[in-house]
Amino acid sequence: MDEGLRFEHLAISLGPERLIALDCTVGPGEVLTVMGPSGSGKSTLLAAITGTLDAAFTMTGRIRLDGHDLSGLPTEARRIGILFQDEYLFPHLSVGANLAFGLKPEVRGRAARRARIEAALAEVGLEGFADRDPATLSGGQRARVALQRMLLSEPRALLLDEAFSKLDTGLRAQVRALVFDTARQRALPVLQVTHDHSDAEAAGGEVMTVG
Amino acid sequence: MRAAASIPVPARLARRARFLHWAPLLTLAVMLGPVLAGLLGTLAPALGYMPALGGHSLGLAAFEALAAWPGLPRAVALSLGVGFAATALSLAIVTLICAGWAGTRTFAAIERLLSPLLSVPHAAAAFGLAFLIAPSGWIARALSPGLTGWAQPPDLLILQDPAGLSLIFGLVTKEVPFLLLMTLAALTQVRPGQSLRVAQALGYARVTGWLKVIFPLVYRQIRLPVYAVLAFSMSVVDVAIILGPNTPPTLAVQVVRWMSDPDLALRFQAAAGAVLQLGLVLFGLGLWRLIEMAVARAGRAWIVRGGRGRRGTGRMLRMGALVLGALAALAVIAGLGGQVVWSFAGLWQFPDLLPDGFTFRNWDRHGPRLAGPGIETLLIAGAATGLALLLTLASLEAEHRHGLRPATRALWLLYLPLIVPQVAFLTGFQTLSILTGVDGGRAAVVLAHLVFVLPYVFLSLSDPWRAWDARQDIVARALGAGPDRVLWAVRLPMLLRPLLVAAAVGFAVSVGQYLPTLLVGAGRVATLTTEAVALAAGGDRRAIGVYALAQTAAAFAPFALAVLLPRIAWRNRKGMRDG
Repeated sequence: MDEGLRFEHLAISLGPERLIALDCTVGPGEVLTVMGPSGSGKSTLLAAITGTLDAAFTMTGRIRLDGHDLSGLPTEARRIGILFQDEYLFPHLSVGANLAFGLKPEVRGRAARRARIEAALAEVGLEGFADRDPATLSGGQRARVALQRMLLSEPRALLLDEAFSKLDTGLRAQVRALVFDTARQRALPVLQVTHDHSDAEAAGGEVMTVG
Repeated sequence: MRAAASIPVPARLARRARFLHWAPLLTLAVMLGPVLAGLLGTLAPALGYMPALGGHSLGLAAFEALAAWPGLPRAVALSLGVGFAATALSLAIVTLICAGWAGTRTFAAIERLLSPLLSVPHAAAAFGLAFLIAPSGWIARALSPGLTGWAQPPDLLILQDPAGLSLIFGLVTKEVPFLLLMTLAALTQVRPGQSLRVAQALGYARVTGWLKVIFPLVYRQIRLPVYAVLAFSMSVVDVAIILGPNTPPTLAVQVVRWMSDPDLALRFQAAAGAVLQLGLVLFGLGLWRLIEMAVARAGRAWIVRGGRGRRGTGRMLRMGALVLGALAALAVIAGLGGQVVWSFAGLWQFPDLLPDGFTFRNWDRHGPRLAGPGIETLLIAGAATGLALLLTLASLEAEHRHGLRPATRALWLLYLPLIVPQVAFLTGFQTLSILTGVDGGRAAVVLAHLVFVLPYVFLSLSDPWRAWDARQDIVARALGAGPDRVLWAVRLPMLLRPLLVAAAVGFAVSVGQYLPTLLVGAGRVATLTTEAVALAAGGDRRAIGVYALAQTAAAFAPFALAVLLPRIAWRNRKGMRDG
């Protein structure tokens, strides 16, 4: 089967030291959790998938998304969505403009784009937030805006880099459920790296430990 | 990131990608090319070769003529003495201010004063100081006749004193803010808080602990700026014309006099003097390096002895440095005040502290004549700053996109135009323009300014540029934005404030340039700075006040805009207040 995020004999090393070896497929709607202490190469794996691997690393094998080989493609052409522990909402843009940055240019016309953004905000209970300054949002609100901005760019896979580690316990469960439910609904393969077991349990998929 | 062979790239994009790749090299060429070409242009006539003036044979005649000038030993001694005294004094003040005050509320107040003080052009600050300390200046007026009994300005050589003391003080007022700014940048990398607390917990007094633990780390970072200050102080021309001694003047000033002499035969001697100036600066740097090593040795021994330092001595040093620093700042501020008062002064007789009346007559008289040089100043500064920003941004973006890592040696190259004395390579420009027939005009002056504007713009922008969180880039790229869109829609807007500050720094540097404008413009490109310095000999204080204020305003306005514009643009963006 071609669907999903596929690692074919992927191996990443730094000099003589092999950091990551992976040969598996994350199917649509499935979650693969990679766990390990910091410095174990978890973030290196994500950099390989987004195409931002530092030249100091060597990578062998292939990464395929829905059958397409990603090697050589620039980050912006890979259709990989990523969420970090910080939301990285652009501080100089309003909430609505942040979402518009993610929304595909194929959605044309001011009114149509505005409607898509309002709808995306309404989906996560943030109606009327389009003109807000992102710096005035609460942690949970920021996380939801970041998720919607990423989804508007219509990614074909989702990466989570310790995405929930800054949220406190109650909020954490809530945002986590929202992200995983959305990914399942949209049939997105998800790869998350974390050092927190509760993230792995909530994801419910396969767990791989490195380092 | 390797370019994908399978994706067709439009030719225009490929061309731009190639430009980006070459941007760092182009930047270096624009910055260093004129320096090297100018040095050759100086060396040739110094050795007797300058066909246009009948010099065809190589020889040392020019150096013999230079050696025969009776003022030479004194001029050389002056240059060396002034350079070392101004640099050592500035470094001592800055070090002790940081040792005694870093992290306190007083220090925060000092930091806020920095930008405005830095933006005051050297010549304007020097005029301001002259207005204060001259025999008929504000200080003498304040003390007369009550304390001094003077009813007439005394016949004292306070300004342009033969020992160069007023010149040294004038340089210190401008070098202290510069070195302090560089030290602040170094301190953010060294993170002194913890080390200092550890030292204090071990019983070290604050100043002693700072000098033993933090200073060695900081000095390594500010070594190049210190060298630049030393080279500048040894070879400065505009400040030395205003505040320095006259018979003889410093070597650099004498070289410029020979260069401007109607007797063209003196050009050979001038070139020889410029070469000597270069040698003098190299000698000075070598000597400073030796002293550095000796101080480091003594310092290590001092650290090993483990003395904790006396709190009382520390307190005295720290107050002393603050007083000296405040004096330097006050001299610039009061000097500007003096210019304001003189520019509006009606009749103003000697011991009176203020003029009898204030009038717009001076501005009415000189104001219209300001327009030409004013516009010229803005055009040149605008062009040089624009080019410098373009090259700097292209270099930094190339570094980012192609994963280039700047070597530490690259920093040396950046400082080279600030260390090679201006007079040593700018005199060569005239030779070159005679040789090539390319005449000095506005464009040539812009290119000459660029040599000095570029390093400052690059130094000021590169730290915030590199400190920008690269994950912001990954996020934007993962949302489907190409590198160009990330640059224009995310990175540049987020870095608006440092971008404008860098532009303001570049603009102020260009506004303050005296020698490049004079020598490369062949005396025909008149800016506010060249006009103001030309007034120095005349001593018309009302005219000087008007010109120096206009010069200061041209340098200061961009700084005000750099603070104001981001505040307006991001007034509804809390996340952009500090960044």
